[in-house]
Amino acid sequence: MQDHFHTYLLHLADNALVLGHRNSEWCGHGPILEQDIALTNISLDLIGQARYFYQYAAQRKGAGVTEDSLAYLRNGNEFFNFLLLELPDDDWGFTILRQYVFSQFQHLLYQQLQNSTDQQVVAIAAKALKETAYHVRWSREWVIRLGNGTEESHNRILRSWEKIKDYTGEFFIPAPYETELINSGMAIDPGCIREQWVMEVSSVFEGATIPFHGSAWTQSGGKQGMHTEHLGYILAEMQFMQRAYPGLEW
Amino acid sequence: MEILTENKILSILASVTDPEIPVLTITDLGIVRDIKFDEIEECWEISITPTYSGCPAMDMISTQIRMTLFSNGISNFRIKQQLSPAWTTDWMSDSGKEKLKKYGIAPPNNPDFGIPDSPAACPNCGSSNTSLLSEFGSTACKSLYKCEDCLEPFDYFKCH
Ligand SMILES: [Zn+2]
Repeated sequence: MQDHFHTYLLHLADNALVLGHRNSEWCGHGPILEQDIALTNISLDLIGQARYFYQYAAQRKGAGVTEDSLAYLRNGNEFFNFLLLELPDDDWGFTILRQYVFSQFQHLLYQQLQNSTDQQVVAIAAKALKETAYHVRWSREWVIRLGNGTEESHNRILRSWEKIKDYTGEFFIPAPYETELINSGMAIDPGCIREQWVMEVSSVFEGATIPFHGSAWTQSGGKQGMHTEHLGYILAEMQFMQRAYPGLEW
Repeated sequence: MEILTENKILSILASVTDPEIPVLTITDLGIVRDIKFDEIEECWEISITPTYSGCPAMDMISTQIRMTLFSNGISNFRIKQQLSPAWTTDWMSDSGKEKLKKYGIAPPNNPDFGIPDSPAACPNCGSSNTSLLSEFGSTACKSLYKCEDCLEPFDYFKCH
């Protein structure tokens, strides 16, 4: 029998890990020191959240599964993160806008997960929610600043939205493994937070003078393990040491 | 031989400091949530809660708890991570806040979570004429401010 709840925990963890990894690429490259630090702090939070979900998944599985084996020894088609989060960084505007749309989603999701029938999911979501509130706040202010900044910053954030918008639909479509969990109350239906997400994002866009237009069509597949070529490069970098030197510690 | 009690263990743990803010102990921070004796396994269970999810100090703190208890001759214990209820700066002791201030870090002062640009009083001169420089500071728990009167920059321990 397939363990859908295990896959769901991996989905929640992989989202946080993959974006945490992408953001960590900015370490030492941020436009100014304070923002470099902000983004790496957000990475730490995300990787910490991923660890809680991996630890829980590993504890449920037993049989030698650990948080490290889940992070370092799975192949690309066993990762269940959103496609948006694995896309390479383009510029600061892209990084900021991706962070904002995802943090806004995550904030609503973690709020809803307080109603899960699984107590550990409730505990992790409650913990993560507090940090995510800071991520939303920080990225939102940057979206507004870039949108209202120079012609250059405005155009770049517009260009970023053109790339990002086709990937946000995936947030709200339940994967087959979620449907059953939604019915039993362990997971929440991501479709039910779409309306509020659109409301929040469009109001921030209005403040940033960026036209908000959604897309009826969406890229999808990440939640089911079908990825872009970019995830492979992330995993190659992240997993190399454990693959080459199994069990290495430092 | 002295009989171990929860209070005795708590007082030992009160000597373990935060590796990043060494003036604060883990009991000042409210990290130690529970100490109880498991009669069946004859083992003390010490529950600690993480401050921020990705805070690298947490692993260090666990190690220090181990070292401190061992050096006090206690070895029948295990450390349990407890996530719920989620850690909050409301659990920071008043003496902890006072120590932070003396150390040059403005203590968390706003009961309404999430408003880090409300002015934090300058720990150097006490002025409330301060401005936010960066929401994220040198560690996950701090923001960076500047005092407009004495012109010193300072860290503010965020409400959480
Ligand atoms: Zn001052």
